[in-house]
Amino acid sequence: MPTDTAPATLLAPEAEEGHSLWQDAWARLRKNRLAVFSAVVLTVLAVVCGLGPFFAQDYAAQDLARYATKPSLQHWFGTDTLGRDLFARVLTGGQVSFSVGLCATVVALLVGVTFGTVSGFYGGRVDMVMMRFVDILYSIPFPIFVILLMVLFQRSFLLIFAAIGLVHWLTMARIVRSAVLSIRKMEFIEAAEATGVPRRRIIFRHVLPNVLGPVIIYTTLTIPAVMLLEAFLSYLGLGVQPPLASWGVLISEGARSMEEFPWLLLFPAGALSLTLFCLNFLGDGLRDALDPKTSKD
Amino acid sequence: MFKFVAQRLLQTLVVLFLVGTITFFMVVNAPGSPFDAERNMPPEIRANLMAYYGLDQPQHVQYWRFLTRLVLSGDFGPSYKYNNRTVTELIAESLPVSAELGLYAVLIAVGIGVSAGLIASLRPNSVTDYAPMSLAMMGISIPLFVSGPILLLVFGIWLQWFNVSGWNSPADKVLPAVTLGMYYAAYFARLTRGGMLEILSQDFVRTARAKGASELRVVFRHALRGGILPSVAYLGPALAGIISGSFVVETTFQVPGLGRYFVNAAFNRDYTMIMGTTILFATLISVFNLLVDLVLVWLNPRLKFES
Repeated sequence: MPTDTAPATLLAPEAEEGHSLWQDAWARLRKNRLAVFSAVVLTVLAVVCGLGPFFAQDYAAQDLARYATKPSLQHWFGTDTLGRDLFARVLTGGQVSFSVGLCATVVALLVGVTFGTVSGFYGGRVDMVMMRFVDILYSIPFPIFVILLMVLFQRSFLLIFAAIGLVHWLTMARIVRSAVLSIRKMEFIEAAEATGVPRRRIIFRHVLPNVLGPVIIYTTLTIPAVMLLEAFLSYLGLGVQPPLASWGVLISEGARSMEEFPWLLLFPAGALSLTLFCLNFLGDGLRDALDPKTSKD
Repeated sequence: MFKFVAQRLLQTLVVLFLVGTITFFMVVNAPGSPFDAERNMPPEIRANLMAYYGLDQPQHVQYWRFLTRLVLSGDFGPSYKYNNRTVTELIAESLPVSAELGLYAVLIAVGIGVSAGLIASLRPNSVTDYAPMSLAMMGISIPLFVSGPILLLVFGIWLQWFNVSGWNSPADKVLPAVTLGMYYAAYFARLTRGGMLEILSQDFVRTARAKGASELRVVFRHALRGGILPSVAYLGPALAGIISGSFVVETTFQVPGLGRYFVNAAFNRDYTMIMGTTILFATLISVFNLLVDLVLVWLNPRLKFES
């Protein structure tokens, strides 16, 4: 009997250990009720926004006969000053905000992780040059640049993704680099190199899985920051163009007529704040779960 | 330390040069021109204006002129939008307003934020921890362009405690300063709590307690100096944030400050004004970051001056 089970444990010790670490984190996360609740709320919000077009009214259909009506059974969030259904517009705005948040975060993730890994893994002069580059970019006031970029050039969805993603890859690169730097010095990497494992395999198989924790934590905290920046740009009138709406656009429209029609401000503002609130809580929870050593800041 | 400061100042100059150059070519190559707003301008007048401001010359000539004018006489040139006013004049006029708003905001942010974080850290996982920290979480989740209009709606329009706009009486300054300050107070609260919790669990704090120092003395004399480090480090980013936040707050509350000029300048293609405000903001942020780094080393001598 023992001879039968022994090879199985010998074959997969690595996978089993990794598994149990992630399971620990998962258990810690599940105990954090606020984080779980936030995740549920976010999922519901994302699904409702995503499915919006299938059950809500047309977000762009204007009808001046229903000029800024109060919330009612027919129009749950009321209608705006062009008679458009606000509920449908908030859902559409949610789609834009969520997709900008996700796509720009992916941009930041890809660029930052690649840059940080190369810099940390190769070290030495390469590292110094690459990090000096990051330092210099870091001291450039980016929100100002992003605003300039958006005002001066054609506003396109792609530019929003690129501009926002470009701001956030710097921190990701720094985080990944310092994590890679410390893993690089560990013995199992040395062992892999000594046994002739090709570099690419070392990076993908041994280094990257070990920096996943900090990357996940920073990614969850990047999404709300990105959504905030998109909403900020839209609020200044630099985001998506009408009749399309994002939460920032709706908030700035609502703020203009809030004196008479406060619901036009309150519903989109509530949607954005709730989303950011949940994302921040989830990010905090993930940090506590994946990195129990560092306390909340 | 002298070497550190000199090195950093040099780096700042490089950054400012880059910022200026990138902004210049971005602005000049962007579609549109400063005189687009006047729709029915005859082509001859337009050509005259372009020639008057030197906008008809090749880009490198314009760039050289901008650079020499700025370096030799610290002058950004005339504003294209506000006739007969120079950018330097306009900045001198509106900067004090923004600086005042920013100062109040920083005082509110640090004062309330650090106290709230301190209180929260003294009894972790109790009501006095959860209450301020939940508020702080709400604070960082409600962006300025949401809290601004909502505060305006509630206190300006519904309750009528404050004027809806303007910057004349002291009361006018309350809402903008509170809007801007409370957002960053939330960050300072979270950072202070984290920093204090880490310090309070260290051996030297236990030693201080063991030798019978009062709780008050332990917190303020022993722990605070280290616990406040993350907050001090955040002062730099906070200032950058307060500057870009002022774009929103000054627009919402109609404060005649620099933030509003910056956004309008970009919309109006007021080239010289864009250059002036961008370089000013970049300088402020760089110099402030340098000061923050100096304070950090003073508070924590274990850090060394490294470039």
